[in-house]
Amino acid sequence: MDEPRIGVYVCWCGGNISDVVNVEKVVEEIKKEPGVIVARHFMFMCSEAGQKMIENDIKTHQLNAVVVASCSPKLHEATFRNVVVRAGLNPYMYYHANIREQVSWAHGDNPEEATRKAIRHVRMAVAYLRHAKPLEKIKVDVTPSALIIGGGIAGLRAALDLARMGVAVHLVEKEPFLGGNTARLGEVYPYGRRGSEIAAELIRELLKHDNVAIYTNAEVTSIKGFIGNFEAEIRVKPRYFKGKCPNIMEAIKACPVKVPDEHSFGAKMRTAIRLPPYPGAYPDIPAIDMEACTKCGECLKACGDKIDFAQEEQVIRVKVGSVITATGFKPYEPREGEYGYKTYGEVVTLPQLIGILAESNGGGELVVNGRKIRSIAFIYCVGSRQKPSGDEKANTYCSRYCCNATMYTSLKILEKYPGVRLYHLYRDIRTYGKHELMYEEACRRGVVFLKYSEDDPPKVRKEDGKLVVTVKDLLTEGIEVEIPVDLVVLVTGMEPRPNEQLNEILKLPVGRDGFYQEVHPKLRPVETTLAGFFIAGTAQGPKDIKEALASASAAAAKAAGIVLKKQLELEPFVARVNPDKCNLSQKCIAECPYGAISIKEYDGKGRKAWVNAALCKGCGACVAVCPTGAIEIQGLTNEQIEDMIKAAAREV
Amino acid sequence: MSGEAFKPKILVFSTNLISDVGIDYTGLLHMHYPATTAIIRLPCSSMIRPEWIILALKSGFDGVFVAADGTDCPYLRDCTDRTARRVDKALRMAEEEGIEPQRIKMAAICSVCAEPFVNHMRNFYQTLVKLGPVKRRG
Ligand SMILES: Cc1cc2nc3c(=O)[nH]c(=O)nc-3n(C[C@H](O)[C@H](O)[C@H](O)COP(=O)(O)OP(=O)(O)OC[C@H]3O[C@@H](n4cnc5c(N)ncnc54)[C@H](O)[C@@H]3O)c2cc1C
Repeated sequence: MDEPRIGVYVCWCGGNISDVVNVEKVVEEIKKEPGVIVARHFMFMCSEAGQKMIENDIKTHQLNAVVVASCSPKLHEATFRNVVVRAGLNPYMYYHANIREQVSWAHGDNPEEATRKAIRHVRMAVAYLRHAKPLEKIKVDVTPSALIIGGGIAGLRAALDLARMGVAVHLVEKEPFLGGNTARLGEVYPYGRRGSEIAAELIRELLKHDNVAIYTNAEVTSIKGFIGNFEAEIRVKPRYFKGKCPNIMEAIKACPVKVPDEHSFGAKMRTAIRLPPYPGAYPDIPAIDMEACTKCGECLKACGDKIDFAQEEQVIRVKVGSVITATGFKPYEPREGEYGYKTYGEVVTLPQLIGILAESNGGGELVVNGRKIRSIAFIYCVGSRQKPSGDEKANTYCSRYCCNATMYTSLKILEKYPGVRLYHLYRDIRTYGKHELMYEEACRRGVVFLKYSEDDPPKVRKEDGKLVVTVKDLLTEGIEVEIPVDLVVLVTGMEPRPNEQLNEILKLPVGRDGFYQEVHPKLRPVETTLAGFFIAGTAQGPKDIKEALASASAAAAKAAGIVLKKQLELEPFVARVNPDKCNLSQKCIAECPYGAISIKEYDGKGRKAWVNAALCKGCGACVAVCPTGAIEIQGLTNEQIEDMIKAAAREV
Repeated sequence: MSGEAFKPKILVFSTNLISDVGIDYTGLLHMHYPATTAIIRLPCSSMIRPEWIILALKSGFDGVFVAADGTDCPYLRDCTDRTARRVDKALRMAEEEGIEPQRIKMAAICSVCAEPFVNHMRNFYQTLVKLGPVKRRG
């Protein structure tokens, strides 16, 4: 750039900074730095008056770069980039020095040293700008469509929202039918209605749109490209059914296979023929589960003309501008023997109980496996809020939906089968928000609550053919209570879905708990660090239906914000190769996690490393390994960093 | 600084999305750590060229602290390993320069790791006090 003409603006932040840091001293010292034309301090730089002062200085003193030393850049870096733009400068001729969070607030015990540290931080900013060059945002064209992975309610909601905004949608569901876990639930809180009805309603709406392509029995097998321009490969497994078969029930009878039925969370069995599991399921065509099928051919006798074993996998390639991952959760599966699970037939999980209740049609008596149920013990927090021990993976989080769902299910049981005695063995009750009313109602209706300690959980055993649960009840000073019951229900939590293959393809960040992770837990809750990729629903962590749908609509809005633009502008902080320095060690190519670097022929310079700016995320891993310093991050070059180090090292 | 007690100077490398947020958080809680520090923020700790660590130690810093992303790194799953490789290389280079290895330290600082950050900085400072200033040639 031309000779640097830098303006430095030191903020008091009302006193937050100036009560500790001697701002006058900072200004006085920084005026001595080469390239600094003006330096001032002011009460509030971010105020209207502060911003105007900077704009005026830029014009009157022909400044070409600006430092503001104030709060964290996370708060006001964007504000001041805009200020310099308003005064006609490039937004990247600006550097933000942090002297509040990292100086005055941290070193109130030592004002003198704090002032020195502030000077160091401002000197670094000036050093940075002495080598700064105007940068352009990176412009890319956009494909106006979106890919949604997962056809549970979150994926359905996002698909519908996008379709209504005029965005073409490709919806990919792994199972043969849409709907996910919600479609497997009977009545759900709040206000009842079957989960399957809720799913069916979204599906019905979605099918009204002709800009939606739905792939079931399908998986995404590769995604290439970058924000605005992805290409995804989708593999659709054959259903082996060509349409509906009028004699389907005969085919089902003839099928010798018996495997646990997903739709009832394993409470029932099914054959190798999977039927549309609920009214309104999509597609309304059966599918053969080839992993379970013995190929005996019996079903052909009933549905021969509708079954086609010659069907083959289809590979489809689609172009999309953005990707929403809504792959949901997996209900926690208790270990064998955990509270008698799988040891005693009368120990079931909450999802299974809900499946059983959905099938039973009242009539005064609740019957499970041929037994009349008069009493039930619910054990809470199974597979949630686990204590980490050793290397074993622990679900330390709360699964959020379960207190509410258990309360709701109990009320339903008492409504349909009055007289059944219910015992809730809990650690804490978290019926947050409006759901508290369900808890009150359960108390009023005579549900018995016993509180157990996580260090001493309840025990389940069988005595004279009947289940007995023992629990030390913390509400009655730890008295041990023995409860004979007909059924034990384990209130199981949510776990991340095992999705290794997909994770390998997407490379989305996964949090400590195994769910996909957002960029910022408060400020950017549905974005991921991968540009163009969003997350929705329980794939991100435990949520109930309403919360899952809220995040899905948010993700849809964010995705639309990208794909409805003709062109995108990306931050310019990406790697660039100086072909004159590159010795083709190729270390950067091996180091880059995004495959952004390749080899290119440069005019007159031969084959050298080259960065595809749209693929580069700007992590800088390549910078560290380059033997010649040929690859650098634009806007944070090696020269800039080295000069910052030297500037900060100088005595104050 | 004749007669004055030795106050070691520490260069901290932080990361925009994780450890710099953690260091901001430390300030937000008004928790104190040695003020003879300077903090340079980078996108990711795996960007650090070992040469920069050596440059810092040769230009006036008495220690370099790498506030790494650790497992929270938004860019790289194996960020810790990669950053550790940079630090290892810097340690080998330091050895050649006759600089004590204890002057280079790396620890993962998460975005709410205020207390661990303060503890690391205090301990590191004490280590450097014991080592005294870097014996710079020339
Ligand atoms: C027992 C129980 C009772 C509940 N009761 C209630 C209640 O009463 N009220 C309430 O509000 N909430 C309740 N919930 C919570 C509710 O079920 C969830 O909030 C909701 O199902 C989350 O929807 P989702 O779309 O995020 O995930 P899911 O329903 O898990 O859907 C994810 C979808 O993605 C698909 N998928 C996964 N991996 C891939 C892949 N690699 N490629 C393509 N597709 C993939 C899955 O097959 C699935 O269809 C309950 C949950 C349970 C377990």
